[in-house]
Amino acid sequence: MRGGQVAARAPVIQFTNCRILRGGALLREDLWVRGGRILDPEKLFFEERRVADEQRDCGGCILAPGFIDVQINGGFGVDFSQASEDVGSGVALVARRILSHGVTSFCPTLVTSPLEVYHKVLPQIPVKSGGPHGAGVLGVHLEGPFISREKRGAHPEAHLRSFEADAFQDVLATYGGLDNVRIVTLAPELGHSHEVIRELTALGICVSLGHSVADLGTAEEAVQSGATFITHLFNAMLPFHHRDPGIVGLLTSDRLPAGRRIFYGMIADGIHTNPAALRIAHRAHPKGLVLVTDAVPALGLGNGRHTLGQQEVEVEGLTAYVAGTNTLSGSIAPMDACVRHFLQATGCSVESALEAASLHPAQLLGLEKCKGTLDFGADADFVVLDDSLHVRATYISGELVWQAEEARP
Amino acid sequence: MRLVILDNYDLASEWAAKYICNRIIQFRPGQDRYFTLGLPTGSTPLGCYKKLIEYHKNGDLSFKYVKTFNMDEYVGLPRNHPESYHSYMWNNFFKHIDIDPNNAHILDGNATDLQAECDAFEKKIKEAGGIDLFVGGIGPDGHIAFNEPGSSLVSRTRLKTLAMDTILANAKYFDGDLSKVPTMALTVGVGTVMDAREVMILITGAHKAFALYKAIEEGVNHMWTVSAFQQHPRTIFVCDEDATLELRVKTVKYFKAILPLLLILFSLKDLELRNLGLHSLPFSFLTIYVLNSFCLC
Repeated sequence: MRGGQVAARAPVIQFTNCRILRGGALLREDLWVRGGRILDPEKLFFEERRVADEQRDCGGCILAPGFIDVQINGGFGVDFSQASEDVGSGVALVARRILSHGVTSFCPTLVTSPLEVYHKVLPQIPVKSGGPHGAGVLGVHLEGPFISREKRGAHPEAHLRSFEADAFQDVLATYGGLDNVRIVTLAPELGHSHEVIRELTALGICVSLGHSVADLGTAEEAVQSGATFITHLFNAMLPFHHRDPGIVGLLTSDRLPAGRRIFYGMIADGIHTNPAALRIAHRAHPKGLVLVTDAVPALGLGNGRHTLGQQEVEVEGLTAYVAGTNTLSGSIAPMDACVRHFLQATGCSVESALEAASLHPAQLLGLEKCKGTLDFGADADFVVLDDSLHVRATYISGELVWQAEEARP
Repeated sequence: MRLVILDNYDLASEWAAKYICNRIIQFRPGQDRYFTLGLPTGSTPLGCYKKLIEYHKNGDLSFKYVKTFNMDEYVGLPRNHPESYHSYMWNNFFKHIDIDPNNAHILDGNATDLQAECDAFEKKIKEAGGIDLFVGGIGPDGHIAFNEPGSSLVSRTRLKTLAMDTILANAKYFDGDLSKVPTMALTVGVGTVMDAREVMILITGAHKAFALYKAIEEGVNHMWTVSAFQQHPRTIFVCDEDATLELRVKTVKYFKAILPLLLILFSLKDLELRNLGLHSLPFSFLTIYVLNSFCLC
């Protein structure tokens, strides 16, 4: 088979002197890569009778699957919800810059916007493989406009919508098509939401519950209809109540379809979620936790005042404020900082922290055979980390796409 | 025979590894001159493999010009099954050293024609010029490789059905479930190992003591196939104290007394030879010189 032959002639690279995350544990093993995929060295030895063409010493570092960010609104001054003529350049800029955060795949996120924005922007963000140009685009995350007025948060009230009678057609008309869409966040208490959830799920789109005042019962029905994700747990939903846990109760619900796991996004920047709340969620359902940045355009701009569209924002370390106030203006913690904070706040194992940023988002999107893992046959998207989980280098399809300054020769 | 008794498993493993290392270095293998090594599997040689890997990683030992022939492999177990001998050799040895994959020979237990596979293996050994050093172990029933009690002492590589003793001993690798243990294997014959120029048998642990007694203090008997090596010109048995528990005190005392003459093998780092200015010699030189001076067969 052509493809197989080309791959077989590609050089075999052996990453040595490292610990790799595999099967939920950090193993003292070498990582073998060929043709952009993780290779089984035993098979190579006994069947092809070949050794590595090149060995690269990783200096005792940790090799983890590349991080996957399923909720990021922009960064470095770029706003994905802005209807510009050249949305592609903005996405490309962010894609390239987040490589230094260890992110190898992401879902550009659009907040509640008018129809014109969706119609103009969506076609300009195609699914795209990652590489030296930047992290791969897995598809767009549409957060809104079918959300709760009460829990809209920073989303513009004027553009909120509810489902009309022919709900799914309404959805198609609003977005102008679902071609590049990967995740849709909606509020399940809206009328006709169940048929929408079913139709979206049937198309392979991940439905997420968020910006909602749904009670637990409504949330459970939504999951039964196909919803699999919760958008930034705790934020923009009813608080946990012991007689009606609301959406938060899904973490320990016994009314989920058999064999189905509910995933939930958490912003672990140390600001948007109290560490105690982070710990409660993690202990209740560790295997469903997905770290997201929910980053805003101020991400990566450095300390000081910045003008972003109509807003003036003041950045101070990992916090962004509306200029001149104490009002938070969105998250700006890079993904690797979220992983470090998550590890420190929950006291979980390094393996768990890494899986929350790689394996779990891959499982959410049904991509765990090729992303979020270092199993044989998976795409060779990985990140080289030191013991304190700072990113030293990022690889996509086995190619070095970013390297820390000190590491460069 | 030579009987080398070390205090414990770790020391026995180290002694055996140093002996193998010495043999290879002394042979001076090269492009047209490969050293051929026969290799075992199981829990006994694990310590020895670890030490050999250590010597390789230290830069003292290269397997670039070494050819290996494993003793056996299960029939019907997928090659990548975690308990296959291919997996064992990859994980415990091959992946840590610089051997050429074309020179690592293991019988294929999934070959379509098993006897043809065995005949081809014998041919490969012959083409490689025979085995310089065959390292093996001993089963609790006194078998060498999978030459179960009753195997011909002049047998060649062939298919064998495993004895109950062997299946029971192997069950621990298959979650203690007897039904999961393979019942057949391809194995080198007693005759195949006897053809090697030198043989080293590793025996450690009290559970092997009775088999060792039968193998070296009783007669040559096809019920205890390791006993065949009483008729080999150059065999060493390397064991720990526990493995000697069933031997006569007289046997143990005799071999222990002559052990110092074999020069306990230390790395030159351990000895104070550096003070005598002898550290520049390859460490094997001194040891082999002394070993060859004492013919102890």
